[in-house]
Amino acid sequence: MTDETNLVDGPRGPKPKRAFTRRNIFVYGTLLLFAVYYLLPLWVMVVTSLKGMPEIRMGNIFSPPVEVTFQPWVKAWSEACTGINCDGLSRGFWNSIKILIPSTIVSILIASINGYALSKWRFKGSETFFAILVLGAFIPYQIMIYPIVILLREAGLYGSLWGLVLVHTIFGMPIMTLLFRNYFTGIPDELFKAARVDGAGFWGIFIKIMLPMSLPIIVVAMILQITGIWNDFLFGVIYTKPDLYPMTVQLNNIVNSVQGVKEYNVNMAATLLTGLVPLVIYFISGKLFVRGIAAGAVKG
Amino acid sequence: MSNNMQSSISIRDLKLSFGSFDVLKNLNLEIGKGEFLVLLGSSGCGKSTLLNCIAGLLDVTDGQIFINGKNVTWEEPSDRGIGMVFQSYALYPQMTVKGNLAFGLKNAKVPKAEIEKRIARTAEVLQIESLLTRKPAALSGGQRQRVAIGRALVRHVDVFLFDEPLSNLDAKLRADLRVEIKRLHHQLKNTMIYVTHDQVEAMTLADRIAIMKGGVVMQLDSPSIIYNRPANKYVADFIGSPAMNFYQGTLDKDNNFRGDGLSLSVTGYPFEEGRVAQNQQVWLGIRPEHIRSADAAQQCAVQMGAIVELVEPMGSDTQIWSVVDKQNYRFRVDGQTEMTEGDSIRIGFDPENLSLFDRDSELRL
Ligand SMILES: Nc1ncnc2c1ncn2[C@@H]1O[C@H](COP(=O)(O)OP(=O)(O)OP(=O)(O)O)[C@@H](O)[C@H]1O
Ligand SMILES: [Mg+2]
Repeated sequence: MTDETNLVDGPRGPKPKRAFTRRNIFVYGTLLLFAVYYLLPLWVMVVTSLKGMPEIRMGNIFSPPVEVTFQPWVKAWSEACTGINCDGLSRGFWNSIKILIPSTIVSILIASINGYALSKWRFKGSETFFAILVLGAFIPYQIMIYPIVILLREAGLYGSLWGLVLVHTIFGMPIMTLLFRNYFTGIPDELFKAARVDGAGFWGIFIKIMLPMSLPIIVVAMILQITGIWNDFLFGVIYTKPDLYPMTVQLNNIVNSVQGVKEYNVNMAATLLTGLVPLVIYFISGKLFVRGIAAGAVKG
Repeated sequence: MSNNMQSSISIRDLKLSFGSFDVLKNLNLEIGKGEFLVLLGSSGCGKSTLLNCIAGLLDVTDGQIFINGKNVTWEEPSDRGIGMVFQSYALYPQMTVKGNLAFGLKNAKVPKAEIEKRIARTAEVLQIESLLTRKPAALSGGQRQRVAIGRALVRHVDVFLFDEPLSNLDAKLRADLRVEIKRLHHQLKNTMIYVTHDQVEAMTLADRIAIMKGGVVMQLDSPSIIYNRPANKYVADFIGSPAMNFYQGTLDKDNNFRGDGLSLSVTGYPFEEGRVAQNQQVWLGIRPEHIRSADAAQQCAVQMGAIVELVEPMGSDTQIWSVVDKQNYRFRVDGQTEMTEGDSIRIGFDPENLSLFDRDSELRL
């Protein structure tokens, strides 16, 4: 009868889990270590930006501020000098916004149409066209800097915001098109055929069927473009003039200005201010981003 | 069907190639008004391609397509008077059922009141009134396919094209919807072209079946002719489950078949007019359901003793795999019949139920 009791008393229900297995300690330990590693610099920046210069000179860079002051933030935003202008980062911020909005919208708009045409309206040579476009994503763009200077000059756009918008749109095109093409390829052809039988044309299908289905990939594209364009330094410094410098360029000029003492707190505040936009975007759309990347990656 | 008969769709010398690969080769097809034509064939034989050509979703390489007497070879899909239903339903996911039904009508600039009227009528016919405000994601497979059929129905088209509409559904639902499609056809009397892999669907729905292979139509006939008088060995083998039994042999001038352990006279076999076997080499085919066993075998013109090798009970009937002289004979008996592996039985068949095919051309004799 021992068999019988064994059957009754045997394991039942969910298997109990132990919290402190060796595996768990290892996994969570590693995660914690890297989290600290990445968060420490941020911590130093935040506390430093909230200290006055005398406190900074005492040296304890990890200790929280004894006396919290927002003066460095105010100075970084509206008073810090770059060259002749002494209106802080605010000018750069608005320049960056003025560059960012049209660049993002135009590049995503064109790329989504490209991707749609390349995936659903295959025409003679469309594969070749796509291959060339993708190749563009792998060419180091330093090669094209000077030719573009000439092109912009000839077009009368050199040194203007619109010139920079054009440059961002063009350089974002390969990767954006790739993204949208792969996403649209994943949408079943039968859906597209059904819409054609229902009398929708190129634009009708794009606007009424495809776009409403593309929210995840549009979010991904927006994040990639917004962070990419916001963080751009090279194009900003080359294709615009000091009045129109984007925020990153101005940040550099503030941090690297040679006259006077180095105001670490102002520099830290300025850097944090500059990084705020991409940071906010990530926080808002993190989940959608992961979902969209996965959706765009499944087929190609 | 000849040209002067009222034909709804007429396909002339249709050719379609993907690069150097010819999918459809000089295909000719006449489909009568109100006819239900089923396209049947193995995977990759070009059924969907043909349907897409008729719909205008693929540009043909050569040839012409007429719908209701009008040459539509270069017309847009929406101008051809066709509606299409797909295997994957292909409903617009972000629109409600109502939006799905209305989409084609809005594109055609049908007045609002008329759209409402037609949607209401269609929803009633297909019993989807209660689903109109739902999104496709909130529907079951059967409901989705109803909506997809509705999307074609609501446009008042003359020709319905179905591309394996039921293959994503479970067996029960498939049978239900199959009946419903048949009822719909009786009611609307539209021309329907229906692609399927399922022989039961083909046999039950079709006025005529077109058996396709490698981009050509092998036989185009009514289900009963396809079944009883297959035009060639491929069709004979393709139609029927379990498949026809085939034996090789020779047929002499006095209609005696000899080969594969068989020796029989086929006197009484309904020969096709004017066909004779070249070199007397033939295939002899017997459908499993034409082989009789036990007492029924006693009345047959050809009889022999067999050993039961395998018994497959299917419920309503049982499939028997038996052996005579190392040759396999598959046949069916009633589900109640008791038979076990190793039994010695008598089997038999009659010559009029046979099929004979030329060995070289594989055409029916
Ligand atoms: N876009 C394409 N490019 C190249 N070849 C294609 C293309 N579409 C179909 N084919 C080929 O054409 C042939 C016929 O395809 P089709 O889809 O018409 O077959 P089917 O009879 O519908 O098969 P199934 O029963 O599997 O649906 C196949 O061999 C297929 O590989
Ligand atoms: Mg197919």
